[in-house]
Amino acid sequence: MNDQSLARAAVLRPPAAGPNPVLRLSGIGKSFPGVRALQDVELALYPGQVTALIGENGAGKSTLVKILTGIYQPDAGRIELDGAPVRFPTALSATQAGVTAIHQETVLFDDLTVVENIFLGHQPRNRFGLLDWGRMTREAKAILDRIGARIDPHVTLRELGIASKHLVAIARALSVEARVVVMDEPTAALSQTEIEELYELVDRLKADGKAILFISHKFDEIFRIADRYTVFRDGQMVEAGLIADVTEDHLVERMVGRSVDTIFPKRHAAIGPEVLAVEGYSHPTEFEDISFTLRRGEILGFYGLVGAGRSEFMQALFGVTKPSRGTVRIGRQAVAIRSPAEAIGHGIVYVPEDRGKQGAIRPLPIVQNVTLPSLGRTSRKGFLRMAEEFALARRYTERLDLRASALDQPVGNLSGGNQQKVVIAKWLATQPRVIILDEPTKGIDVGSKAAVHEFMSELAAEGLSVIMVSSEIPEILGMSDRVIVMREGRLAAEFPREGLTPEMLVRAAAGYGRAA
Amino acid sequence: MSLAEGTRPRHIPDRLSGRMGHALRSWELLLLLVGVAIFVANSLLSPYFLSPWNLSDATFNFTEKAMIAFAVAMLIIAGEIDLSVAAIIALASTLMGLALQHGAGTPVLVGVGLLTGLLCGLVNGTLVTRLGLPSIVATIGTMSLYRGISYIVLGDEAFNGYPASFALFGQGYAWWVISWELVIFAVLAVAFGVLLHRTNFGRQVYVIGNNDTAAAFSGVRVQRVKMILFLLTGLMSGVAAVCLTSRLGSTRPSIAQGWELEIVTMVVLGGVSILGGSGSILGVVLAALVMGMVTFGLGLLNVPGIVMSVFIGALLIGVIAIPRLIRLARTGRAA
Amino acid sequence: MSTFLKSREAMLALALVALVALVESRFRGFAAPGNLAAVFNDTSVLMILALGQMLVIMTKCIDLSVAANLALTGMTVALVNAAAPGVPVVALIALAVGLGLLLGAFNGLLVWLLDIPPIVVTLGTLTIYRGVVFVISGGEWINSFEMSPAFTALPRMVILGLPVLSWIALLVVLLVAVLVRLTPLGRAILAVGGNAHAAVYTGISVGFTRFMAFVISGGLAGLCGYLWVSRYAVAYTDVAVGFELDVVAACVIGGVSIAGGIGTVGGAVLGALFLGVIKNALPVAGISPFWQLAISGAAIIVAVALNARAERTKGRIILKSAEHAA
Repeated sequence: MNDQSLARAAVLRPPAAGPNPVLRLSGIGKSFPGVRALQDVELALYPGQVTALIGENGAGKSTLVKILTGIYQPDAGRIELDGAPVRFPTALSATQAGVTAIHQETVLFDDLTVVENIFLGHQPRNRFGLLDWGRMTREAKAILDRIGARIDPHVTLRELGIASKHLVAIARALSVEARVVVMDEPTAALSQTEIEELYELVDRLKADGKAILFISHKFDEIFRIADRYTVFRDGQMVEAGLIADVTEDHLVERMVGRSVDTIFPKRHAAIGPEVLAVEGYSHPTEFEDISFTLRRGEILGFYGLVGAGRSEFMQALFGVTKPSRGTVRIGRQAVAIRSPAEAIGHGIVYVPEDRGKQGAIRPLPIVQNVTLPSLGRTSRKGFLRMAEEFALARRYTERLDLRASALDQPVGNLSGGNQQKVVIAKWLATQPRVIILDEPTKGIDVGSKAAVHEFMSELAAEGLSVIMVSSEIPEILGMSDRVIVMREGRLAAEFPREGLTPEMLVRAAAGYGRAA
Repeated sequence: MSLAEGTRPRHIPDRLSGRMGHALRSWELLLLLVGVAIFVANSLLSPYFLSPWNLSDATFNFTEKAMIAFAVAMLIIAGEIDLSVAAIIALASTLMGLALQHGAGTPVLVGVGLLTGLLCGLVNGTLVTRLGLPSIVATIGTMSLYRGISYIVLGDEAFNGYPASFALFGQGYAWWVISWELVIFAVLAVAFGVLLHRTNFGRQVYVIGNNDTAAAFSGVRVQRVKMILFLLTGLMSGVAAVCLTSRLGSTRPSIAQGWELEIVTMVVLGGVSILGGSGSILGVVLAALVMGMVTFGLGLLNVPGIVMSVFIGALLIGVIAIPRLIRLARTGRAA
Repeated sequence: MSTFLKSREAMLALALVALVALVESRFRGFAAPGNLAAVFNDTSVLMILALGQMLVIMTKCIDLSVAANLALTGMTVALVNAAAPGVPVVALIALAVGLGLLLGAFNGLLVWLLDIPPIVVTLGTLTIYRGVVFVISGGEWINSFEMSPAFTALPRMVILGLPVLSWIALLVVLLVAVLVRLTPLGRAILAVGGNAHAAVYTGISVGFTRFMAFVISGGLAGLCGYLWVSRYAVAYTDVAVGFELDVVAACVIGGVSIAGGIGTVGGAVLGALFLGVIKNALPVAGISPFWQLAISGAAIIVAVALNARAERTKGRIILKSAEHAA
């Protein structure tokens, strides 16, 4: 079935009888140069109900959030608030209309106080038109109390943890008499207990009669808190309805546009001798006493909660930061890794989680990205040889089935999944012995995800050793030969593939004593 | 999908009809046209302009600045800046003058000039790459410091009496109207062009300017590359100090005052993005020629230097503003 | 954070007191109230400009055109005064501030609407404004005998023991403090420099906020144009040449972060006073004024190095034990 017929066959169920929607979007379209982000989109949000917005990355969810909050203007369609058409030409106008959002990344100010973060842009004034700090502080305290947040309104945001920052964002949303609250992946960076607290808060907001748009990739949480759902695919609304009427499999199928049975193509690889041995790696503030070994052809999963120190450890292993103690052996030889250049020299490479900042150099062409760490091989006596560069880049990008119009195309013009392929191609071109993949499929579409998993498998089969840091349990379970769990900067557990269950991972990551 | 036996990988061509290259080169083409227009205008406005010796004199308006501009261009492409270059000239010239007082001959004088430049570059590079200071403020600081030292040494005095052999660099001619300075300029232009566009080092400069974190994560020794660029900028300032001191035959602490702005203007006019990541040496060469000709042409018309600087300032803003204004007007009409 | 900033200002104030004490210990009378008031008065212009610059730097921009703006507005009012001595001084001050606002607005518009990097814009306008001074004056000087007595007398007029110049500086300090602490624009300036991305989501226009910072900086530079020219009773093309660097230096010494979002009125004032004390102490100590440039250069480097060390953001602390130790 092709996309077009799917779109045409989209079932638009009429909303069940009940209250009228607070906010209704119809026929919304938005294009960017070369991309049609949204096309003829419908969405309705009801008071006292949570509507889950479901879709793959790139389906148009973020664009929709930005239209709802006045950051972007739609090219077509209308927005109705209580049945009356409205426009949100600025972020402020959306806020004033009672539409607020808690964004994916906390878009708040680290150096400003909690009070200021809550009221910035709509501060109460006194009769001279000057800011009324007294009133702001009182109201901030009241709102924080209302959502059960025990946060001192006078501390700066920098001093707060991620969960508290989210609470401040929510307090900010409530400070404007919000009627519609958009939550864009609010649980992405939270621990299990913090997520439970957030659910309670969402329940309270529902009870207050707020209409909530809840964007999430996690189906368990969608089924836990949503009343309704809307599925987006490729910038179009595919289906909407009541959560009670559907199953998870159905939603996944609508979201992906095909059934999902080929996701983890883990092959059996012959596990060879030990390639890497890390002993007692420690850092003053980030991790302590990390020891493990890695063997040829093995995929070693690193699981843990966000903030468990996995990325920090991997970056130290790659030479970005310096460990305070510990040794690394490659083969039988003890080595010191003081910089990425040295790590690369020893055959250890790292595909970072933050692709945009640390991985891809977006304005530069694909070929220059791929050959960067291999320039020593493609050049002669320090002088560039373009033919060699193109040949090297072609060999590895074609192998990864990169979708690009030319090798001199800027990487920034590619989709997230293809950017990731460029980063991986860059490292494969160095012919490494150990490849560290940090959240390798975060933020890429399902198709590219499967491709990444497939060649991860294949690389292992060819004798490369893979370390995969992932927070997605299915990915960890599906791909790893062995799993190490980290918690609060330390090793918490190590499991073989056989008999490993999601519960074991979650309990180890959260700590046995504090398991939810 | 990708690697199953029997499936042939999808072919990706190297280039798409040089679309990117066109956009880049069009700036240089525009500069060339502007240069030709100014050349024609000058030759029409002043009967003296077209004489070979006058044209030869005109080259001194840009050669020294352009030498530094090549290095500053690379520094700006890498995302840093050095505003202390003119102050380095002052300090290098002052120390050359001091060496002269102690009876140094031409080779020692040149050595002192170049070494001072390198040393100043080392200080700037250390402040930026080792202490992590933002280069714009750090070099505003060293700019005051270096020139301040010149003032401490010289006050309102001047050094004079450089040896005749020393005059070669700024006043000597290699052949007919071709000055040694012009030769140095041309050699450096080619050398910097090759360094930036044809070597691994040059590639790393672009990479750092586009994303220094990703560059570091790809094994590029970012701080080392930046340090080399600061050293190179210092060295070029030293070379320029030798040429300028030789040409003027004297040193005052106010020597080359305000040149840092003209050099940055030259670089930006040459199409180097002030935000880093893009630009070419050819563009800087063309910008140097354009600026030199404008200055010289206005000079022939007896326009005072400070009024020329209005022109330079307007040029700096205009070359960036006009394309953006056109884009703004276009999108405004479309909306 | 705020306690830290306070401690930084306290540190600076302490350094200032130590500096004054040091000079006083060698040269009696420097710390006498009368002399300190004179130093303050002498630093007034720098202080006013530093406050304007602080607002600009806090939005992550920089205004290098302030000294040229000062020279151009100063020359303009001097020319008007010389040509029409009857025009009241208040009108001339209004003219200076108004012209300054316009010049600042020109910078601001280029930064806001055309998104040109502020350093490029103000490097350009610095040369343009300075060149225009030459053009409108024909390169001539306007000397005290060409100015009306009222024009030159105002800044020196003493009210309650302090010259008007000092009072104006104090008033500007107060107004900028109110602006930063008690107006939405002031908070927006802080927010824009702290996190421009988040500011957009907050409903703050980053471009407009920057524009306003440039306008204010320009207006204050215009005010200083009158103050400078009338105080020294002379106007010429090279008035306050290079002074923009002293202004930036005062900000940096005062702890204003060039990366934006961090800065306080107290810091900028103390930074200006620090430079003012050095400038006034040099002649007292019998050191050639030629030392001043090198000293302010060294002061900038030391101050910015201290700022950078303080700002180096600490990594997320993951280990519980380390958290307790910290």
